[in-house]
Amino acid sequence: MRSPHRTNDSPDRTAHAPGPSLVRLSDLPPGVLRDIALVWLADAVVGVSFGAIAVAGGLPLWVPVLMSLLVYAGSAQFSAVGLLTAGGGPVAAAATGLLLNSRTAAFSLALADDLGRSWAARLIGAHLITDETAAFVLAQDEGKARRAAFWISGIGLFLAWNVSVLTGALAGTALGDTDRFGLDAAFPAVLLALVLPALRADGAARRASAAGAVIAVAAAPLLPAGMPVLLALLGLLAARRGPRRPRTTAPGSAS
Amino acid sequence: MNATLACVLVLAAGTYAFRLAGPVLHGRVHLPARVQELLTVGATVLLVALLATGALTEGQGFAGWSRPAGVLLGGILAWRRAPFALVVVGAATATALLRLAGVP
Repeated sequence: MRSPHRTNDSPDRTAHAPGPSLVRLSDLPPGVLRDIALVWLADAVVGVSFGAIAVAGGLPLWVPVLMSLLVYAGSAQFSAVGLLTAGGGPVAAAATGLLLNSRTAAFSLALADDLGRSWAARLIGAHLITDETAAFVLAQDEGKARRAAFWISGIGLFLAWNVSVLTGALAGTALGDTDRFGLDAAFPAVLLALVLPALRADGAARRASAAGAVIAVAAAPLLPAGMPVLLALLGLLAARRGPRRPRTTAPGSAS
Repeated sequence: MNATLACVLVLAAGTYAFRLAGPVLHGRVHLPARVQELLTVGATVLLVALLATGALTEGQGFAGWSRPAGVLLGGILAWRRAPFALVVVGAATATALLRLAGVP
């Protein structure tokens, strides 16, 4: 019944309830909301450490805060801040972050049906696509539950992330030397926790990552910060040497 | 313009463009499976390289033993499927305690 043009009357509603019906908590299967809330909490802890690490590394407060609002992608933010504070330069920081975030394009294609129909829902929803929201949506089988999972986890995560990053950034200035609290170990540990599922599942990724890590660590004393990490992409060549490859090299049939 | 601000804005614009791919291209374009796979593996390789250099090096030298030890503990916790928050807190606490004990 509702004409798409009338969505202008209630912008709030379009943000929370794309399409003809409202997203309801009851659309979620039992237990899912608890799982979602746990992820909000976990990401809030990560957000606090992100804010604190960024400020402790010497960046002004607005950098982690603005980045969290506009980029809103944990691993890319960590890598960008890691490169910026290590002196890797803004170009390497942006390039690495973009390469890391290119995977959200794949998630966004997978989730395209679940944001809602209106353009407002799609434009706002797009910004909320993250690894976590994608995981929650893909775990539901039915349309209503998928859309509810997307908007509930997405909006909550956006709020949790940004509030916690601001908190961490404010605390980081007060904490002083965060190395004393071991926060410099938190950043690699976060990345490790993020990649572990992919490494577990994919042998090609394991080989490529191992080769890439060796290249990057070996190059670290020799090259300016930022370069070793990009150089690690050479490790992708190792991914091709999988068990699927025929023993005798036959260029015509290899690919 | 401030180079750091430019970095944040470029990263934000590019990321939003990736996120719009689904809603905009939906049903019209399909990325070849090989390209998707390469992007996924590439992202993993970058993250692992970043965490390896982040755990072991500081500037162009060795970071000391406390940090990689903490990261290793975080990795073991993650491997045993401990909650994310525990991984972060565990790694930081281990490193902090080692430093308190005088390990560099």
